[in-house]
Amino acid sequence: MVQASEALLSPETVLAELKKNAVSHVVWLPDSETNWLYLLMKAEPSLTLVGVGREGLAFSTAAGLYFGGKTPAILIQNTGLMEAGDSLRGWGLGLNLPVVLIVGYRGWTRHGVTTDTAAVYVERFLNAFGIRYYLVENDRDAPRFSLAFEEARKTRRPVTVLVGDEYHGFNR
Amino acid sequence: MMQMADILKAFKEYRGDALVVPGKSARYWTDMSTRPEFDVPLTPGSAMGGRVAFAFGLALAQPNRKVVLFDSEGDLMMGFNILPSIAEQAPKNFYHFVLDNECYATTGGQPVPNAKNIAYDVIARGAGYARTFSYDNLETFQINLERIMSGPGPVFTALKIVPEIENEPIGQRKRFATRNPEQVRKDLWKALGIAG
Repeated sequence: MVQASEALLSPETVLAELKKNAVSHVVWLPDSETNWLYLLMKAEPSLTLVGVGREGLAFSTAAGLYFGGKTPAILIQNTGLMEAGDSLRGWGLGLNLPVVLIVGYRGWTRHGVTTDTAAVYVERFLNAFGIRYYLVENDRDAPRFSLAFEEARKTRRPVTVLVGDEYHGFNR
Repeated sequence: MMQMADILKAFKEYRGDALVVPGKSARYWTDMSTRPEFDVPLTPGSAMGGRVAFAFGLALAQPNRKVVLFDSEGDLMMGFNILPSIAEQAPKNFYHFVLDNECYATTGGQPVPNAKNIAYDVIARGAGYARTFSYDNLETFQINLERIMSGPGPVFTALKIVPEIENEPIGQRKRFATRNPEQVRKDLWKALGIAG
């Protein structure tokens, strides 16, 4: 029987993956229930948080960080990812940006039935751009973060981790 | 109103070993620059509206070296949202110039919204930039350029320039880029000693 805690994605797990992969900056725009992750990242001295007001600007900010020799990650919601399509094209794919996009999968349900169009379109959106993605639902999926970072480095392209959970900060 | 090339000639004296993101001014800067390895021209193919955020990211990554951006007002209008982020992080090495020709020159010269009455320096100050300036006269700009460049960033300077409108079909226009983005990154990393 799976323990309840094992069926969740903890913010500590996400932070550990960011550190393990030497992320220097998290360029982000908060989505629902990332507050615990925010507090953890803010307290982590090896990370700099760079908040942006629109998701498309996360791509160009991350591109500048990369050109300057740093290792950024992008943390946004699927709604914002779709808004940022041309920035993903120009600043992500156009500059061979090896960045991992950690994307809140709003509307995701394991059984596949959802009324949230943010969930309906996001995988189609990623497929249209040829962006590889991994689904992470709980702590047992955490190694997929490292797979995504490794793939981004090797292919020198953006790779996405779709987070099909909400970090469960508010459930503590 | 100033000529873009005159602004760059004045700036060149203060460049030092700063990283320069020339934007549309690359058409002149590429020939003027004596440190091309520290130039980061990325115009072709990049999505409009992101240049200021790119230069901001570069400034955060290289905090001990000045980063100078020559932005354009049409591009900035698509990326205003980054100004509070810049003010929040407050990179002391970030020098943000906006070349304001009041129009979309590369699409035929159509005016940007509220072209004659918008105050970009006021917007930047409202977003939280501590130092902001605005000039429409070359002599006044030249007199103040040392003050702009010797003080700490982030600093924002709006400059009124004469439009250089392009009407030729895109495929027939002169290409100003001499390096592709990958070569620009490689040259930059080599110059900065960043291991690839």
